[in-house]
Amino acid sequence: MKLLTLNFLTCAVKTCKSSSDSFPLHPKDAELASDDVEVNPELLVNLLPRLDWKALKTTSAEVFLPSCIYPLGFPQLPDSPPTIEQLQSDDKLLKDLHSLLMETNLMEGKLVCGVCGHEYAVREGIPNFLLPSHLV
Amino acid sequence: MMASTHTPSALPSDSVAGDVAKLAAAAAASQAAESAEAEAYEKTHVHGVYEAIAPHFSATRYKPWPAVASFLQSRPPGAVGLDVGCGNGKYLGLNPSVYMVGSDRSASLVALAHSRGRQLQEQQAQEAKKRIAQGELDATTGTGGESSGAAIATEVLVADGLSLPFRERAADFVICIAVIHHMSTRTRRQEAIRHLLRCVRTGQAGQPGGQILVYVWALEQGNSRRGWDEGGEQDLLVPWVLKSQQKQPKRLKQRKGQKRTRDQDSSGVAASNNSGEAPPSEATAGATTAATEPDPGHTDPVFKRYYHLYRKGELEEDVLAAGGAVITSGYERDNWWVVAANEPLPSQST
Repeated sequence: MKLLTLNFLTCAVKTCKSSSDSFPLHPKDAELASDDVEVNPELLVNLLPRLDWKALKTTSAEVFLPSCIYPLGFPQLPDSPPTIEQLQSDDKLLKDLHSLLMETNLMEGKLVCGVCGHEYAVREGIPNFLLPSHLV
Repeated sequence: MMASTHTPSALPSDSVAGDVAKLAAAAAASQAAESAEAEAYEKTHVHGVYEAIAPHFSATRYKPWPAVASFLQSRPPGAVGLDVGCGNGKYLGLNPSVYMVGSDRSASLVALAHSRGRQLQEQQAQEAKKRIAQGELDATTGTGGESSGAAIATEVLVADGLSLPFRERAADFVICIAVIHHMSTRTRRQEAIRHLLRCVRTGQAGQPGGQILVYVWALEQGNSRRGWDEGGEQDLLVPWVLKSQQKQPKRLKQRKGQKRTRDQDSSGVAASNNSGEAPPSEATAGATTAATEPDPGHTDPVFKRYYHLYRKGELEEDVLAAGGAVITSGYERDNWWVVAANEPLPSQST
């Protein structure tokens, strides 16, 4: 699962959704893999206004903690989202974003809700959000 | 899982049509059932079945419905979309300029969708490399290779339609194709639509809200030979025959084989008389798989899936009950469909 997708996922438990702490989910014991994906600048630029930048910063910081060995290094993101014009004119930022959002995959590990603490397993790049009956 | 074709004549043709009628009404009991009961019922008659028939089912799902394809193609570049009940992921990546995430209740189908998306991604990366190499050559003549952009079809997850893990109000659109008719009470069907509506953006001044596209099987199937039509039983158990390879079929050319199987319902009930370019109709199957051991003399396992067949107007009623506003709706080959959005009320939340 691409890190991009984490920007659109939250806890599946109904009562957690009203709390802002349920987003983003926190990766735990994350194993990452890097893919070779063709850069699609147009898609990235168009996606920019749909991203939750603060959540993206959180995710990228958590996923690249020293415990997670990542051969490509830690792509640094600016504190506030770039404007569309800035992104279009900044090749390095575009490449960093592409690498982070499109090429970095969460392969194994867990996604943890900051409210209820439930851990969703991620196996072979596929997260499982089916809830045990007591959480439905 | 490898699938091979077989001669459709091996399927029992009319007898199963009778069985469908006999099986009708089994769901009547679930109408009054409580949510937990309905859930248990769907576990047996929907979720369990899809887990069991996943590869077979997937082999019969390769062609998009025209109305779904045109909906996806008309989304603006950069739109974020969800496919709730994505099955084998055939709609993911259909429009390369949008980003889609698929979810399904069946882990087996999600795994199939994932490997399909991975293959597509690797293929695209290879092609991009070739293009770049070509582009370098062309650069001297000033005709650089243009990037067409890569489609994203890898993003899939396992989730229940009534407990979706998507950030609320974040998506530009949601599609939900041939899913809601598997929910066994009207309350649950409306609740499912409510969940879809919660995923899409609400409209703001000068900006229309996100849209959902819902497709369900119709009661009115006058042009098909399944025998269902207006006034008939709406809650059915529809058999899926998991064909084993009892007789080694003579090898048909793949294209021809697909065309034949498309015309044949898994239950042996012939589907509508599709012309060559028609999409597969829901519950159309025919390709055999190696999922079960060939065991001559034994009958093929039959799985019964629960369906609620929507009558004319019912889907729109359910959208309204779920707090949505109907934008357009219609009928396409045995299915009702609706495009809807959130009611543009400023007071509406969650």
